[in-house]
Amino acid sequence: MSTATEQGASPQAETEKRRERVAQFGSEARWYETIQNALVITRREVQDSFRDWRIMFPIIVLTLFFPILANIASQLFINLFERYGAEADDLIEAFLPLMPMIVGFFPVSISLVIALETFVGEKERRSLEPLLSTPLTNTELYMGKVIAAMIPPLVAGYLGITLYLSGLILGAQQWRPDPDLILLILVLTAIQGAVMVTGAVVISSQTTSTRAANLLASAIILPMSLLVILESIIMIQPGIRHALWYVAIGLVVVVILFVRTGTRIFNREELLGRAIDSLNLRWAWRIIVEQYTGISHEDRLAAQRGDKPLPTFNLVRWYRRTVFPTIKTLRNPMLAVMVAVVGAFVVGWILSSELPLPLDEQDYSNEDLMTALRDIWEQAARDPKFVLLPVIQNVRVIVAMGFLGLFTFGVLALQVVILPFGLLGYIFGNLAASGISATPFILAIVTHGIVEIPAIMIGTAAALRAGSIITRPPDEMTVGEAWLRAIGDGLKIGIAVVLPLLFIAGLLEVYVTPRVVEFALELGF
Amino acid sequence: MIEVQGLSKSFGEFRAVDNVTFSVEPGTVFALLGPNGAGKTTTIRMLTSILVPSTGWATVAGYDVVRDAPQVRASVGVLTEQHGLYERMRGLEYLDFFGRIYRLEAAARRSRARSLMERFGLGNALDRRVGEYSKGMKQKLALVRALLHDPPVLLLDEPTSAMDPQSARLVRNAIKELRSDRRTIILTTHNLSEAQELSDRVAIIRQGRIIAHGDFEELARRVVGPPLMELRTVQPLNGMVEGLRALVGIRELDGDRIVYETANPAETNPNVLRYLLQQGVDVLTLSRVSETLESIYLNIVEEDEDQEQVTR
Repeated sequence: MSTATEQGASPQAETEKRRERVAQFGSEARWYETIQNALVITRREVQDSFRDWRIMFPIIVLTLFFPILANIASQLFINLFERYGAEADDLIEAFLPLMPMIVGFFPVSISLVIALETFVGEKERRSLEPLLSTPLTNTELYMGKVIAAMIPPLVAGYLGITLYLSGLILGAQQWRPDPDLILLILVLTAIQGAVMVTGAVVISSQTTSTRAANLLASAIILPMSLLVILESIIMIQPGIRHALWYVAIGLVVVVILFVRTGTRIFNREELLGRAIDSLNLRWAWRIIVEQYTGISHEDRLAAQRGDKPLPTFNLVRWYRRTVFPTIKTLRNPMLAVMVAVVGAFVVGWILSSELPLPLDEQDYSNEDLMTALRDIWEQAARDPKFVLLPVIQNVRVIVAMGFLGLFTFGVLALQVVILPFGLLGYIFGNLAASGISATPFILAIVTHGIVEIPAIMIGTAAALRAGSIITRPPDEMTVGEAWLRAIGDGLKIGIAVVLPLLFIAGLLEVYVTPRVVEFALELGF
Repeated sequence: MIEVQGLSKSFGEFRAVDNVTFSVEPGTVFALLGPNGAGKTTTIRMLTSILVPSTGWATVAGYDVVRDAPQVRASVGVLTEQHGLYERMRGLEYLDFFGRIYRLEAAARRSRARSLMERFGLGNALDRRVGEYSKGMKQKLALVRALLHDPPVLLLDEPTSAMDPQSARLVRNAIKELRSDRRTIILTTHNLSEAQELSDRVAIIRQGRIIAHGDFEELARRVVGPPLMELRTVQPLNGMVEGLRALVGIRELDGDRIVYETANPAETNPNVLRYLLQQGVDVLTLSRVSETLESIYLNIVEEDEDQEQVTR
């Protein structure tokens, strides 16, 4: 049985050969070996895709017939523009580049279907386990499948673009597109495919059936559709068309985040450990509460059994054992937030020199500023609840930020917080350029900002961590559990740290800041 | 070759495998028996380094299942519960794909695939699409896949399920042959007569725990007690009960048939025969009652269920 290939070889020689073969899998994998192994998977998957008429039929139709239809549509539009005469060439030049982008996008969108099919479909058909039992690494499996899901649609997309452009270049229109434009379209098409495939891997690893994956795929299809609409709007405006390169760079960042998440969650344990797709709200709630209170589920069960009493709530202990250790976990996100904030401030300052405000022309007086500030503390004196206004405003922003961050790897949370700092940089840049004293403004911000800014930065760091933890969950946790625990941490930090600090900042903003600014103005700053 | 010590696996609060310990020597077949959901497949998956144990450790072919996962996977041939074949591929093409993954040279891949296919009666289906194979053929192809890289350890989950009797016999013979080739084989099966035929040792697993293990004789002795003998006579045994009871422990007595237990048949049986001859009774047959693994298995599982109810 064992000697089919090594006929005549002694059992010892066979055993030795076997041992050598096994040992090579333990050696440090070189990058080209990783790619070579990944391509074994890719080859099979691509072959399989080409044999599946359900995949090939739409690809062929979209590749061969859609460009022809697009050519006809383009010709109709060109005729229409020309009929109305004036500036027809400008309209044509603005409109024509739109079509190759769309012609390329449709076949590439099939990559999403292939990705869902190759990952969840394989899991559903149980053909994944034999593959997982081989010595291939998770990275090789992941890479092989991602490349495989991209190749047929991308080839089809590029073929479609070529067909469409050939029609325009060689046809009656004799269009001569800018090579940069063609490169931009080709790059965008490839990156969009990569976004969809890498996103599909993240989705498919969280499901056990193609049906569930298709339902979840809307999480990719909808944003991608919106993105294509946005790209189309930019594309038809030649003056700002270069902005699409920034879109491409942004998409590359998304791909990197998806790949990071994908390689993390595309592992044997995660793929085979997941048995059902049902939403377990009780479990989710339990995880969040456990993380928030610091009391483990095991302790609660022990208390229910009467083995030991449930620890009574003690604020000092809660801060010491649960809140402060969580703050320590925010070190890296805090650093990222600080870098982003400083960066935004610097960018704002630089922009102030490019787009200066006409401050010299403004009728500016310290008395107006003082009147506005006096209004604040007079209102606060009449109604102490006035303090809550800035607190509520800040809480609202932080909650929105946290929510947006949860579904965008924390990116939107960061964006929300850097905007005001960019604005501040812009204002201070203008003030510095116009020679107006910045001291009252600095005091108007720093007096309460000394508490408010750290509070907001801590809140942002927690939101960033909650959103981005799915790209690198701790080893012992599933993605879902890590995400839920980070949400629990976010709530804990929000209530235990951010809210009290914001309240203190609110008191300072209403009662102290105006007086400090008034004092500074009286001193002649 | 396979060492398992205190191996456990939890999924959230569910403990799928609970503190399992066993070892399997080279050249032996170890059968894991148990009801559905008992933890057999999870155990196999841990031994294939697909799942990481929650606690405990295991080594396969000398490699640690956590630390040396690639070597472990290169050392084992796995036949999964569901064959999981790629239906649009051709038989030979399918094996070539796995051969590449195991880094077999092109010539070795081809010749080994062909010879194994021939060996398992798939010689005329080399170029047919796997989707066209019958259930049994698919199972055989999956087994060929497991053997392709000539692994020293085989983990076979239900190897003969869905096979016709002739194919099942072919696979069983192949397993015996593989055992004689000093390979270590773990087998999970619901077919208890198959387990009895193939395995050297058996472990019965229930709710993630091994509730009994040992070789067949050990388990039979533990569960059923001393060997049972069945004696049939021409004449009825009326009036001889007391005399027989003095010689052996009677389990059943039914006219011309008696079943008795004896720890030492070589000594007891001649005494019984002598006694009956003296009483003028002609003996028709005397044979050992063979316990089946099925009855042992059922006894053990029921015993464990009873114990569980008492604990509750």
